[in-house]
Amino acid sequence: MATLSSSSDTLKYRKPNALQGGRAFVLLALLLVLVALGSSVIGSYSLSSRDWWNVLTAPLESGTPGIVLLQIRLPRLLACILVGSGLALAGSSYQGLFNNPMVSPDILGASAGAGLGAAVGILFGFNIVAIQALSFAGGLLAVLLTWALASGLCRRGDPVLMLVLVGILIGSLFTALISLTKYLADPLNKLPVITFWLLGSFASITTKDVRLAIIPIAVGCIPLLLLRWRLNVLCMGEQEARTLGLNTGVLRFIVIVCATLITAASVSMCGMVGWIGLVVPHLARLVVGPNHKILLPTAAVMGGCFLLLVDDVARTVGALEIPVGVLTALIGAPFFLFLLMRERGSEA
Amino acid sequence: MNLTLKHVTGGYGSRTVVDDVSFTLHPGEVVCLLGANGCGKTTLFKMILRLLRPRQGSVLLGGEEIAGWPRHRLAKSLAYVPQMHTPPFAFEVRDIVLMARAAHLAPFASPGKADRLIADEALESLGILHLASARYTEISGGERQLVLIARALAQQAKWLILDEPAASLDLGNQIKVLRAIGELAKSGLGVLMTTHVPDHAFLYASRVALMCEGRILSLDTPGVALTEATLCKAYGVSLRVVEVGSRSGIKMVVPNELCEEEYV
Repeated sequence: MATLSSSSDTLKYRKPNALQGGRAFVLLALLLVLVALGSSVIGSYSLSSRDWWNVLTAPLESGTPGIVLLQIRLPRLLACILVGSGLALAGSSYQGLFNNPMVSPDILGASAGAGLGAAVGILFGFNIVAIQALSFAGGLLAVLLTWALASGLCRRGDPVLMLVLVGILIGSLFTALISLTKYLADPLNKLPVITFWLLGSFASITTKDVRLAIIPIAVGCIPLLLLRWRLNVLCMGEQEARTLGLNTGVLRFIVIVCATLITAASVSMCGMVGWIGLVVPHLARLVVGPNHKILLPTAAVMGGCFLLLVDDVARTVGALEIPVGVLTALIGAPFFLFLLMRERGSEA
Repeated sequence: MNLTLKHVTGGYGSRTVVDDVSFTLHPGEVVCLLGANGCGKTTLFKMILRLLRPRQGSVLLGGEEIAGWPRHRLAKSLAYVPQMHTPPFAFEVRDIVLMARAAHLAPFASPGKADRLIADEALESLGILHLASARYTEISGGERQLVLIARALAQQAKWLILDEPAASLDLGNQIKVLRAIGELAKSGLGVLMTTHVPDHAFLYASRVALMCEGRILSLDTPGVALTEATLCKAYGVSLRVVEVGSRSGIKMVVPNELCEEEYV
C-alpha cells in the first residue's frame, strides 16, 4: 500500500470501542461472583455470610452449615456456572458458525443425541460414569451423522442451511428414540428416573459429577475462546471467509466438535436444559455487540449468571423443586419472543 | 505479479460454463470483464479465487500455479470484493475491515494495534474513516461497497478482484467507487472487475475482456474490444457505440433504434 503510507504519520491510533465491551465484561464478571455468593446462602436450609466465614476459617468445626455449603451448595453452584457458561459459549459459537442468530446447541441434534445416550444408560442400569460416556457418544454420533449427511447432500447449494435442516431431522429422530427408550423402561423405577433427568435438574449434583464434567467442558471451551476472533470472519459466509484466507473446513470442524462436547457434557450432568444457548448470546450481543472477540467471554459470564438465578428460583419458589429445564423454557421462550419483537422494531 | 489464466475450463457437474479461457493481466491495469447474464463471469471469478476447481487449465500468479497454495497465502495475493451485502450481525465497520487481517495472523491470534492502524489507513484512503465506529448494517449501500474495498486494501494483496462494484449504487456513488478503484490501480495494484455497464469500461478501464458463452470474445483496450459488432454478439441486441461531446475517446453504448435519426 505505497500510497497509503504517507497518511499514517498524520493518522493517530484511536481507541476501539471494544474497550467499552471490556468494561461491560468486568462488571458482569463481578456480578457473577455476587450472584454466586448470594445463591450459596439462600435455599431451604437458610445460611448467612457468617457461615461462609466459619467454613473458610475452620472447615472441620463448621457442622451442618459447612456440610450444606461445601457438599450441596458449592457443587450445585459450580455445576450451574459450568453448564450456563458452557452452553452460552457453545450457542454463541454455533450462531457465528452458521451465520444465523436463530440457532442453538440443540440444532445439530447434539442435545437429543446426548439425551438418548444417557436414557439408554439408565435403561440398562449402568453406573454414572458409563451413563456419561454413553451420553457423550450419543451427542457426538448425532453431530457426526448430521455433519456427514449434510456434506453428502450438499455438493451444491448453501452448506449452512443444509446443516441446520439435517440437524433438525437428526434431532427429531433421536427424540423419537428417546421416547422408545422411555416406552421400554420399567414404569415403576426406570421411567421416573429418565423422565426427571430429561427435564433437567441440578438437585442431585455431587462434587463427583462436577469433577467428571469440568474436563470435557474445559476442553471444549478453550479452543473456542482461542479461535473466537476467526468466528467473525466466518460470519461473512463460506466463500468470502475462504477468500479472506481462512481454511473454513478445518475451522468449522473444530468449532462443531468443541461446541458439541460442551453440550454433551452439560446434558450428561444435568439433563436437557434448553434455551440458554439461544437466549444468552442474544442478550450478550445487546450489551457488547456482535464481535466474537468480546462476545464469547461476555456470553459465558452471562450464561453462568442466568443459570444461577434460574436455579435459585427453581429451588426456592415452591415447596417442591421445579425442574430447571422447565423454568429455562418458561423464561426463555417469551424472552426470546421479546428479543425478536425488539429487533423487528429497530429494523422498521 | 502477473495474473495468468491458461486454457481454463470449468463448470458445474457436466455443464461447461467457462470454455478454454486464456489471458495475462498486469499490475496497474484496470481490466473490466463484461458479458451477458450467465456468460460465465462469476464462474471464471470463482476459478480465479479457487472457490471452484477448473476442470482443465490453470491459474497462475507471478508464474506460479495457485492450485496448491494454502488459503492464507492466496489471500495475501488476491483480495476479493464481493457485491455489497447485509450480514445478519451488526458488526462495526472497523471490525469488518479488520477481518482482512485473518490471512496475516497466526491461527489463535486476533488483530492488534498495528492491524487496527492498517484498517484505519485503508478507511482513510477511501475517505470513510469517519464511519469506522458506525454499524455496517446501518450505513448506505455506497458506503458499504467502499467498506468492502477498504477491507480488500487492508488485506494488502497485489490484486483486487471486484464483483460488480458499481451495481445497485446511485450515479454519484458509482463514480466515487470507480474513481477510487482507478486510483488504486495507479498505485500499482492489479484490478479485475465485472460490470454490466459498458460505459464504465469506456470511462475507467485500461483493458476490457468481453465474454460470450463461456469464451473471451475480445480482450483489448475499450475502444478496440467494444465495437458494435462484438457488443451486439455478446448481448444479443442491436447496439450503437457513439462518441460523446467534442472530446474524442469518450464513448457510450446506446440502443440502435434510439440514435438512428440523429446519427445516421
